[in-house]
Amino acid sequence: MAESVCIVAEYRDGAFRKVSYEIASEGRRIADTLGLKLYGIAIGSGVSDKVQELAKYGVEKVLVADDPAFEHYIAETYVPAVAEMLQQCDPAVVLLPASMNGKDLSARLAARLETGLAQDSTEISVEDGKIKAKRPLFGGKCLGWYEWADGALVMISCRPNVMSMLEPDESKQAEVVKVDVSVPEARSKVVSVDMDTSGKIELTEADIIVSGGRGMKGPENFAMLEELAGLLGAAVGASRAAVDAGWRPHSDQVGQTGKVVTPNLYIAVGISGAIQHLAGMGSSKYIVAVNKDPDAPIFSKADYGVVEDLFKFIPVFTEEVRRLKSSE
Amino acid sequence: MNIVVLLKQTPDTESVIRIAGDGRSIETQDIKWIINPYDEFAVEAALRLKEQHGGTVTIVSWGPQRVVESIRTALAMGADKGMLIDDEALEESDSLGIAKVLAAAVQELNPDIVLCGHRAVDYDHNQRGPMVAELLGWPHLPLAVSLECDGTTVKIERPVEGGKMVVESSLPAVVTMGGSHAVWNPRYASLPGIMKARKKPLDVKKLADLGLNPEECGSGAAKIRLVSLEMPPERKPGRIINGDLDTEGKAKELVRALREEAKVI
Repeated sequence: MAESVCIVAEYRDGAFRKVSYEIASEGRRIADTLGLKLYGIAIGSGVSDKVQELAKYGVEKVLVADDPAFEHYIAETYVPAVAEMLQQCDPAVVLLPASMNGKDLSARLAARLETGLAQDSTEISVEDGKIKAKRPLFGGKCLGWYEWADGALVMISCRPNVMSMLEPDESKQAEVVKVDVSVPEARSKVVSVDMDTSGKIELTEADIIVSGGRGMKGPENFAMLEELAGLLGAAVGASRAAVDAGWRPHSDQVGQTGKVVTPNLYIAVGISGAIQHLAGMGSSKYIVAVNKDPDAPIFSKADYGVVEDLFKFIPVFTEEVRRLKSSE
Repeated sequence: MNIVVLLKQTPDTESVIRIAGDGRSIETQDIKWIINPYDEFAVEAALRLKEQHGGTVTIVSWGPQRVVESIRTALAMGADKGMLIDDEALEESDSLGIAKVLAAAVQELNPDIVLCGHRAVDYDHNQRGPMVAELLGWPHLPLAVSLECDGTTVKIERPVEGGKMVVESSLPAVVTMGGSHAVWNPRYASLPGIMKARKKPLDVKKLADLGLNPEECGSGAAKIRLVSLEMPPERKPGRIINGDLDTEGKAKELVRALREEAKVI
């Protein structure tokens, strides 16, 4: 019988990323259901100072590997260290973040530990002591439930911003165990890092997204959407058509190729609604579509549709939003 | 340079996905099959490396006979030869099982670099590249949006949440492609390319040909299994903001609805 549910926290630039607390909270729920302890693994350069942050979300014991060599995620150094620490935790279930680096770490760990991984999961259920994980497939066109073979270590990476966080309990303290892991020589290395300091909101983390498509007619017209997004505190996305046309950077692309997003509000402007785009944004809580073609497929997904020329409607709508925001 | 591309055939992204009668697979009769778009970017990147350094591009794929068409498409784009691992023992393999097969194929081909998509647009596992790299003990550079290679080292730019970074590695290494069609702009197969592709070598192999047996990579070895599929919850029918209103009236009504009904602004 295994001893724990174990989470692998993601530490970057002096802090744990929020998804770490989400998986700790989810891990706490699973550990309580299974009657297991909740352990955490913290790896990074300078991470020791922050480990008690994990305790607030229910982690009872944290294994820490703090070494300058772990400043950046490099699979060749992280994977053996995390694998070694996991072995000390005797886990039945391992939860990891499905962040960009977390997905790489999760897959390599699963290969090293010879087990199955449910990558980018959005729901975990426990029935009669058996774990099932749900994950979106085909960019969200359908959902699949996964189960593990008897005796296999359950590894699940969790999509950021999906698992709900527990209320942090400031009084909680975790036992801290410093682990001396060996750091192998790595053949790969980070040459440079260039963080965006413009305050641009990451699409996958945005509460509101304003997205433009072919109907925007040119790159200059996205200024209109930037202005609206600025008022709403939103990120700006784009359809594949707008990215293929060179109007927007590839990192803005929403869809089955591109980013799958789940904001509270998605405003689709001049987007007709190709199937692969609908897959990428169809799970948004509320969808607004602005399009002059009343037959555009995007209207089939929209909670609110506006059949209007976007060049007429968006400036007027933006002024209404400005009025609302300035009255607050 | 000896370059290997690991390629998966997937349904076209414009395909409608329907759940089959067994409740755990998809209906395939109306599906148009394509090269996974991110793997197509890998083919393009491989061909550019070949143009720069010479050498060969080998396409490695797995699955039933229909996959031959996708390999031929990559050969028509300019790749030199193909290998298809077609073994029914792989039908219910998990990602690790497939990675073991691909790693064995890579070992046999002994390349300088392995390229593939960071994920396939069907099951979105995000596991093939990193698992193959782990099994080979190689570095893996994920999510490449650019690729430079001088024959001994490879350097890529990749996104990271909130920014981007440049990462490099000595060879051999696995690089998985991110970005979009606009970034990689994969070439079309030319008509002469299509004619030539018919004569290019394409090996069809069984597990035994790679020295593997089903107990280590087939369905019996699977540690994780897809047990059921479901469709996303139906969206509540929406409404069109009253068409009789003028532009300003519609804008006011939309702001009101988003504020008072949806409570999202």
